[in-house]
Amino acid sequence: MRKRYLIDRGSRGLLLICATASVAVLLAIAVFILQRSLPAFGEIGLLDFLLGTKWDPNPVGDTPPSFGILVMIVGTVLVTLGALVIAIPLGLGCAVLLADMAPHHFRQILRPAVELLTGIPSVVYGLVGLVLIVPLVRQIGGPGLSLAAGIIVLAAMILPTVISISEDSIRAVPRIYREGALALGATSWQTMWRVVLPAARSGIAASIVLGMGRAVGEAMAMVLVIGMAKAMPNSLLDPARPMAPGIALETGYAGGIHLSALFAIGVVLFLFIVIINSIAIVVFKRGARA
Amino acid sequence: MPRISPRVTQGLALAGIWGTGIVTLIILAVIIAYVLVKGSADIDWSFLTTPPRGGLSGEGGISTVIVCTLYLIALTMAISVPLGLGAAIYLSEYAPDNRMTRLIRYGTEVLAGVPSIVFGLFGFALFVTALNFRFSILSGSLTLACLLLPTMIRTSEEALRAVPRSHREAALALGATRWQTVWRVLLPAALPGIVTAIILSIGRAVGETACLFVTMGSTTAMPTSLFSGGRSLSMHLLYLVMDTNAIEKALATGVVLVITIIVINAITNWLSQRFRARMTGGA
Repeated sequence: MRKRYLIDRGSRGLLLICATASVAVLLAIAVFILQRSLPAFGEIGLLDFLLGTKWDPNPVGDTPPSFGILVMIVGTVLVTLGALVIAIPLGLGCAVLLADMAPHHFRQILRPAVELLTGIPSVVYGLVGLVLIVPLVRQIGGPGLSLAAGIIVLAAMILPTVISISEDSIRAVPRIYREGALALGATSWQTMWRVVLPAARSGIAASIVLGMGRAVGEAMAMVLVIGMAKAMPNSLLDPARPMAPGIALETGYAGGIHLSALFAIGVVLFLFIVIINSIAIVVFKRGARA
Repeated sequence: MPRISPRVTQGLALAGIWGTGIVTLIILAVIIAYVLVKGSADIDWSFLTTPPRGGLSGEGGISTVIVCTLYLIALTMAISVPLGLGAAIYLSEYAPDNRMTRLIRYGTEVLAGVPSIVFGLFGFALFVTALNFRFSILSGSLTLACLLLPTMIRTSEEALRAVPRSHREAALALGATRWQTVWRVLLPAALPGIVTAIILSIGRAVGETACLFVTMGSTTAMPTSLFSGGRSLSMHLLYLVMDTNAIEKALATGVVLVITIIVINAITNWLSQRFRARMTGGA
């Protein structure tokens, strides 16, 4: 009789501990990465680190190493924005199609296709980009391994995120909105563009922000197609070196202040994600108030 | 400027929208077809059953890599499934609406957005160096388990919430404790949904590379213990492209990956359809 109440109490406590695990992991990530990055921030200096244009951790000869990550920040921003410019229109179009406009049988092909795109490993995107997209870009000019190739591959990778979350939010718009607009004589496109999409805008914004987060953090596919050059890119056909792949490539062998600098890039990347998410929260609140 | 008639915009817009759908299908078709067609030429039984020759040649098969991937996934799931499921049960069945619960939900959401490579840095700092597990399957699994935690929590919480209220009320009315209700009624009812959640996590684990790249090392030797290093299939593909020119072998590895993902998607779709039918059919 008493035993089952004890079990009830105990299990509740255990479950609470499980539930706090993700907060604990988040805190541990923040603590460990900050702690390991402090020597780099101390030795290099925040401004030299963020605004320095030269990343040369192991120079030949007697020259001191340089740890400036402006090239990487620019690389991350450019490749992310570029991918969004392609993925947002494509993704929104597909979302509208899936939520509303496509006939049943087309939906039944498109939906599993989107799910499959979500599941394909990022290295497979990278590999296909390397053998198909990179030679195409090379025909236009430059070395092929480039910002342009990175943008195209990344756009394909974030497309399913944009599609599935926008679709959910378009679907969540109440039927009466559509019926009201159609009854007033609007065409189906006018209904979608003037009524449904504005009503779904906070969810659509969320899908874009999540896609942006995925793009900022993508490392391995970028290693394969973006060229990883340490010079500032002057055009879309030049190679670049975003932050995430920049960390991934060197962590295995780095030591000392170099390793600490890689953790410092991790801090900057983490801050990027936090800022992106905060923007999303503000957008959400504005959407809710309207 | 002359006004464009609604009929014309309607036509243009529809054309544009259909265009996006077709482009998306083409992207998928190109990726799948290219990998399957180009890669399957190099796939045969011996590719799956011989170890990689190692070094820079890129020759040989992927047997040790498959074994290592299986170890990695088994260990990762052994950590993340109990934790994630426990958290999901707490959040869906117990959690009061207070500050603590909001903190847990917020933390889980933020964690879901943290890039894989940042998890990798964390795993490198904590498991590889601070706890001195070195570059090993253990370090990789622990890191990967942290990364999968938010997904696991979200998907299993959805499965639990899909169980109708009446199940809980009936059990409690019979005098069952909260835990008995969870263990004897909710978990069996939500089982197909939970299995779906686990398989989805396995799918993500198969595709993940960045966080493992900096925690698992790169040896191709057969793993002998949890402290052995190793590569998962995705990592092997990456190393083949980066260190060698063995694009054919990389594509063949890609075939194994793509087929795994297709099978996983088919299973989860089938399971979740059955689960939804059962939950709405009132069984």
